[in-house]
Amino acid sequence: MRQLFKFHGGVHPPTHKEQSSQSPIAQAVLPSRLVVPLYQHIGNRAKPAVEVGQRVRKGQIIGMPEGSLSSAVHAPTSGTVAAIDMQQVAHASGMDDLCVTLIPDGQEEWIKREGMDYLSINKADIRFVLRMAGVVGLGGATFPSDQKLRPGKHKIKTVVLNGAECEPYITCDDLLMRERAEEIIQGAEIIRYMLDAEEVLIGIEDNKPEAIAAMRLAVNARPRSASADRMEVIAVPTLYPGGGAKQLIRVLTGIEVAAGVRSTDLGAQCFNVGTAYSIYRAIAHGEPLISRIVTVTGNVAQARNFEVLFGTPAHELVSQAAPLPDTNGYLMGGPMMGIRLPSEQVGIIKATNCIIAMSDVLFPPAPPALPCIRCTRCAEACPAELQPQELYWFAKAKNFDKARKYNLFDCIECGACSYVCPSHIPLVQYYRFAKSEIWDQESNQKAADAARVRHEYHEFREEREKREKAEKLAERDRAAQAAKAQKAAAPPTLPPAGEVANVSPCAAPADADPENTMQLKIQRAIEQAKLQAATTTPKNTEQLTPEQRAQIAAIEARRAHIHELASTSVEASSAMLVEANTEVKSQPPTQSPQE
Amino acid sequence: MLSALLVMLEIAVVLGAVLGFAAIKFRVEGNPMVDKIDAILPQTQCGQCGFPGCKPYATAIANGEADINLCPPGGEEGIHKLADLLGRDFVPYGGDIAPKPKSVAFIDENDCIGCTLCTQACPVDAIVGAAKQMHTIIAAECTGCELCVAPCPVDIISMIPIKETLTTWKWKYPIYALSPVK
Repeated sequence: MRQLFKFHGGVHPPTHKEQSSQSPIAQAVLPSRLVVPLYQHIGNRAKPAVEVGQRVRKGQIIGMPEGSLSSAVHAPTSGTVAAIDMQQVAHASGMDDLCVTLIPDGQEEWIKREGMDYLSINKADIRFVLRMAGVVGLGGATFPSDQKLRPGKHKIKTVVLNGAECEPYITCDDLLMRERAEEIIQGAEIIRYMLDAEEVLIGIEDNKPEAIAAMRLAVNARPRSASADRMEVIAVPTLYPGGGAKQLIRVLTGIEVAAGVRSTDLGAQCFNVGTAYSIYRAIAHGEPLISRIVTVTGNVAQARNFEVLFGTPAHELVSQAAPLPDTNGYLMGGPMMGIRLPSEQVGIIKATNCIIAMSDVLFPPAPPALPCIRCTRCAEACPAELQPQELYWFAKAKNFDKARKYNLFDCIECGACSYVCPSHIPLVQYYRFAKSEIWDQESNQKAADAARVRHEYHEFREEREKREKAEKLAERDRAAQAAKAQKAAAPPTLPPAGEVANVSPCAAPADADPENTMQLKIQRAIEQAKLQAATTTPKNTEQLTPEQRAQIAAIEARRAHIHELASTSVEASSAMLVEANTEVKSQPPTQSPQE
Repeated sequence: MLSALLVMLEIAVVLGAVLGFAAIKFRVEGNPMVDKIDAILPQTQCGQCGFPGCKPYATAIANGEADINLCPPGGEEGIHKLADLLGRDFVPYGGDIAPKPKSVAFIDENDCIGCTLCTQACPVDAIVGAAKQMHTIIAAECTGCELCVAPCPVDIISMIPIKETLTTWKWKYPIYALSPVK
């Protein structure tokens, strides 16, 4: 008997699992249309790979992965692409995101599927296949699986297969393990092979005896020779949130994953059983991830699990479980961690493990919150060993630095603290708020740092350009000087007539410093200009008519007057200008017939 | 008596030498406060504070020449942070200074005449273009400082507020009713 460990805290909410675990998995009816979001995973949004009006086959890629952390999105059935546009998605924000709308043709015509033997191809290729098959973690985080299967710095000793399914109402993993245990085990084999792990521990909560039995049978049925490795199904005590990755790793291996450390650094990696199943389907059958098992339960007459194509509108799925008339909304996920669906039109996504129909009887509105009395029951319940009452305090005061120091980011938002809170404070909401504010601040800080670097470079560049320009000018000047010096040193040729500079006494010596020569040059230029001004006389000032002379005199007088005024005040001068203008206009236009 | 005086003198000389050495050895270049303040400022380089960039404003604050409430892009949060750092009280924005929604500049490329005036105005080199060629903004690098808007001779640069998307969405501050205490 394996020694099991305990994690801190935990709660025992009523499970409500038997409601949906009585009937086998049913195939959901093909919906009238599928709205498939292109952003269903952690990382970059997939890029549309189809056009409106295009016919696609079942399993065809409609969204190409972009960047290293991304995953493909596929057509869940054959049909025609009706639109690629922004539509509301199953997200807590209720916002729109890019979706591909598909009208199914009902023919279910598959793309060419090719399975392969994973032992015969290299690991990088397997990862690529998984990336292109859109396989992501189905436990709820939807982290691309190919990234989790990359060899890291640390050797993975233990693969933990997560079949705990601790959250109330949800039974999708339970039913999957009961009905498709063999395929899950084969998927686990692939994971073990990819990570070169020594053992695979399958943790299942002890409230699912059928699943435990089925999985044990499948493990024992494996060909013995194939593996010297260990694979073991372990029943773990039912305690929420025992299905959290860190918590399950703790229970099975005793490894405590400290704040800021990843379980992989300590030799353990956790996968959901549903993920193992899809990895197997993708590798051995060439089937991309286009559907998943979804529990439909709560305020419905026929709660059960369905195999649902992604993009199926929530209401079309729920209608197959006969929702009761007093249903007033839907939860995606469980009652502890789930989010309220923004509308019943949104499509099922890879993260949807459960849809719960809500009613006032099942989920009575939360009683009004009372002030925190610092009873620390939340701290006793917290599976991450945090101090939720302190975190609440800091988040409420928007004291984010302090919240972070108290390891806010170790919070898994399991809701155990809110569940036990005698004051009914929505604690998790505060933590989510604080987390997203901190993320926002971080990204702003990053942008500011980038801007600072760019601005500093901008200034450096301007400075450099200025310097280079000055150097170039100086260079040119020096060259000209040198040429002139050469000229002066050579026997003087006849100077051009009228050039005063040469006869002036200030001829530059050849070895004069540049500043001095510059001044000399300026001096020379001024002298030349003066000389020119003296020799030339204004040309068209003779033979003026008396009217023209009078006009000139008037203008000169006005100009003198304005000059005088301008020095006194701006307002006065501008007023004068206006006056002067009117004066000009009032004068009769005189024409000079000459020219 | 004399020996005591000599001992005191000796101690004074030694300590003086140590302090003098430390003053030279551990001399801090520039004002370290400026960098700390500059780290809080949002680096939009917009000049709305009346200084030609964030660093000059930081220097002015450090020297006590400017108040801490002159930076609209930093928001009230920025003022809070500056107040914390400098041990001062929070001061709200004064006069016509108010934070605007975050925006990026947008050049209507059809009408761009390629005058390069906006490129010269951009403090973070976020505008691409050459003389007599179309110019465009690198949106990811734009700080939204609006310095390129005024120089444009054909008035085709506009500021577009950044919309919230699924990836930038934030959880809201929880608002709920407290039950009255009886």
